[in-house]
Amino acid sequence: MSEKGMNLTLKIWRQKNAKAQGKMETYQLTDISEHMSFLEMLDVLNEQLINADEEPVAFDHDCREGICGMCSLYINGEAHGPDRGVTTCQLHMRMFNDGETITIEPFRAKAFPVIKDLIVDRESFDRIQHAGGFVSVNTSGNTQDANALPIPKIDADNAFDAATCIGCGACVATCKNASAMLFVSAKVSQFALLPQGQVEAKERVLNMVNQMDLEGFGNCTNTGACEVECPKGISLDNIARMNREYLGASVKTDK
Amino acid sequence: MSVLNSKVPEGPIKDKWTNHKNNINLVNPANKRLIDIIVVGTGLAGGAAAASLAEMGYKVKAFAFQDSPRRAHSIAAQGGINAAKNYQNDGDSIYRLFYDTVKGGDYRGREANVYRLAEVSANIIDQCVAQGVPFAREYGGLLDNRSFGGVLVSRTFYAKGQTGQQLLLGAYSAMNRQIGKGKIKMYNRHEMLELVVVDGKARGIIARDMITGKLERHSAHAVIIASGGYGNIFFLSTNAMGSNATAAWRIHKKGAYFANPCYTQIHPTCIPRSGEYQSKLTLMSESLRNDGRIWVPKNMEDVEGIRSGKVKPKDLSEDQRDYYLERRYPAFGNLVPRDVASRAAKERCDAGYGVNRTGEAVFLDFASAIQRYGAEKAHVLGIHDPSKEKITELGKAVIEDKYGNLFQMYQKITADNPYETPMMIYPAVHYTMGGIWVDYNLMTTIPGCYAAGEANFSDHGANRLGASALMQGLADGYFVLPYTVGDYLADEIRTGPIPTDLPEFEAAEKEVSDRLSKLINIKGSQSVDHFHKELGKVMWNNVGMARNEAGLKEAISKIRAIREEFWKDVRIPGGMEELNPELEKAARVADFLELGELFALDALQRNESCGGHFREESVEQDGEQKGEAKRDDVNFKYVAAWEWTGDPGEAKLHKEELDFKDIELKQRSYK
Repeated sequence: MSEKGMNLTLKIWRQKNAKAQGKMETYQLTDISEHMSFLEMLDVLNEQLINADEEPVAFDHDCREGICGMCSLYINGEAHGPDRGVTTCQLHMRMFNDGETITIEPFRAKAFPVIKDLIVDRESFDRIQHAGGFVSVNTSGNTQDANALPIPKIDADNAFDAATCIGCGACVATCKNASAMLFVSAKVSQFALLPQGQVEAKERVLNMVNQMDLEGFGNCTNTGACEVECPKGISLDNIARMNREYLGASVKTDK
Repeated sequence: MSVLNSKVPEGPIKDKWTNHKNNINLVNPANKRLIDIIVVGTGLAGGAAAASLAEMGYKVKAFAFQDSPRRAHSIAAQGGINAAKNYQNDGDSIYRLFYDTVKGGDYRGREANVYRLAEVSANIIDQCVAQGVPFAREYGGLLDNRSFGGVLVSRTFYAKGQTGQQLLLGAYSAMNRQIGKGKIKMYNRHEMLELVVVDGKARGIIARDMITGKLERHSAHAVIIASGGYGNIFFLSTNAMGSNATAAWRIHKKGAYFANPCYTQIHPTCIPRSGEYQSKLTLMSESLRNDGRIWVPKNMEDVEGIRSGKVKPKDLSEDQRDYYLERRYPAFGNLVPRDVASRAAKERCDAGYGVNRTGEAVFLDFASAIQRYGAEKAHVLGIHDPSKEKITELGKAVIEDKYGNLFQMYQKITADNPYETPMMIYPAVHYTMGGIWVDYNLMTTIPGCYAAGEANFSDHGANRLGASALMQGLADGYFVLPYTVGDYLADEIRTGPIPTDLPEFEAAEKEVSDRLSKLINIKGSQSVDHFHKELGKVMWNNVGMARNEAGLKEAISKIRAIREEFWKDVRIPGGMEELNPELEKAARVADFLELGELFALDALQRNESCGGHFREESVEQDGEQKGEAKRDDVNFKYVAAWEWTGDPGEAKLHKEELDFKDIELKQRSYK
């Protein structure tokens, strides 16, 4: 481990709490290994700050293996940074160069208010799920046998691909309109593709889209940036599917 | 006579759960509305319990330290979930799943609990499919299965390498439905820091709002702890950064016995560490051992060549490789249970055959699986005489379909392409079989306080089989607690709401507030992580994969010293009444520093090797099993349940003798 590490300049958004005014602060780091993850680099910074009796940078993170969806940094103008198909915690320092300046901001959107430093409030995502992101089935030891209803592999696979959304919010952070269409359409698609989700399909799409609008997310103008930055590769096809579902539900709802 | 009463129902094992359900008390629907239940943790066990109890009509309050219940660490489980469905017609049955789990746990689990787990396993799959969980399917539209370590059937249901994610999102969606209806009140970014006991019964918790830093009192008629395991006591583990033992340790200190703390699972296939800055380790699913072959070079010069980069692993011929699991365990080969595979890797690396710079890595190789699948696929596609390149191309596509996300994850972390060169892996702490002692109803030794999922000790004995954690979490949450909690609550229908201005709440809140303010006012010179890493090193070196008396005694004194130093010299910037991640960590590490000592003490008293607990003093001396772990059923066929007495080193040991009526005790053999 004798290789010389990188020297970096970090510009980081610091904000004491939701009400305080925030600003960018500059920090220097030396001897950063290219094998470190991006968050381990921030750990090194925080250790340095604590030792200097300063407040460490607050950021959300948990599993550090790209699946919990907690980490949410906007790095050099990109949600989850310069690599593709990764969350911030999977980003490694080998994507950066010695001497580079790295800008780190929180995910920004009206519906994601900043709580502190780089931590934002994403409960708006949860509230959209409360509005319809489920199949209404109670726990029961008498549910029909799992194999009683065969599902074409292609449908099951597509439903799975949509269901891999981790709810991180990169799609919103990266969209110039701060639209949540990719996030909402992933859940709508998962259930629309499966027979179990059909019964409530109309109500679901109407309720979830309605809640999305109430939360203050923007509209979709089909730039496709969300798909590019999505760490799980959720496809724009889901947005098309949701639009079809929504239109169908809007004209056909019997009330 | 032990003070522990496991409350296992009478009767033949296959009838126990049915009879128990038929005889327990019920709460009528109108009364359920008058009863509050607190659920701490929203992973598979907590999420499933919260949703199911709310559906039944109880008023549920659920707590998660993350910003959403969907982030609980169950989400990271990769490989799959077991169920005795026998869809593959390979002779699986409830009995066989029960048998495999008891044997896999090295005969240190409670038979009746394990049987019930196997019994409800099939319901879990039905329930999840009904919720819209997209399990992997075959072309005929039916569910696919794969095989896992330690068993001879294919009973594992999966969703690529993201089974935990899909199951958790299923439980999360069930919770969302109840949150939307107002039946569950969800408290995100809240951490439970104390249990409130009134007249001997669990009556509530003290939680900290992690955004404002304010302490809150929450009352209930029952409290369910589903807060996961304590693997992070090792600092480096496959657990999430926030995974902690605090909820479990807090109830322990209020009277819940802690069982078998030394039973830890060291998972054989994790990405090796790369440097001192390492913050966590990443698992590569055990399902990879279905197709990957584990090896190190046979000759030391090849080991050195690989380390220095002069030799490429794929250049070594078959006879230059030592497929040590296939060599030592011909019957199970690469699919031996986790504890066996981990120790075998350590044995090779200790002998000097580790294949990376740190000497702590072995290969997991997919080359032969790629060739095998490629040839099969060519045959299916009707390609006669396919070229080697074509076979490789087709084979890689099959592997990608099965394990694509894992291969991608590996490549992002290591910058190596595992389709081209074998993965490097090494064992890492993954799961803790030990946990809060519970009876058959999952109630702890505190009336009204339950523990579920990884937080309890109940089903996996001394070693957990792959794909059984998801099964247990969901079994506890969906199919056990909803019945057993009702049995207790039937006596609470006249209690009425529990006021939070009782002196017990007052005292508990003060205790928490004093503890936090003491921590923050130490104003020492070292960060929380510094102490956590120190503890982790002692745990890994002395209480890790191989343990002995001298090492354990040393660990106990070192942990005490670190704890003392921590309370004198920790530095926590920031204040109490604000979002303060360092304060959160400090409170958790303070608890780890106590649990660590109990952990080592438990390992010290258990002078036998069983499952994940390997004592160097207890090894087979001769015969076919020479060198393998030696269990001692005469002296150690019990659950060690520890009672808090004021100091972790002075904990009082209670023994629950294990009775094996339906399975004959045998030395485990995977040869």
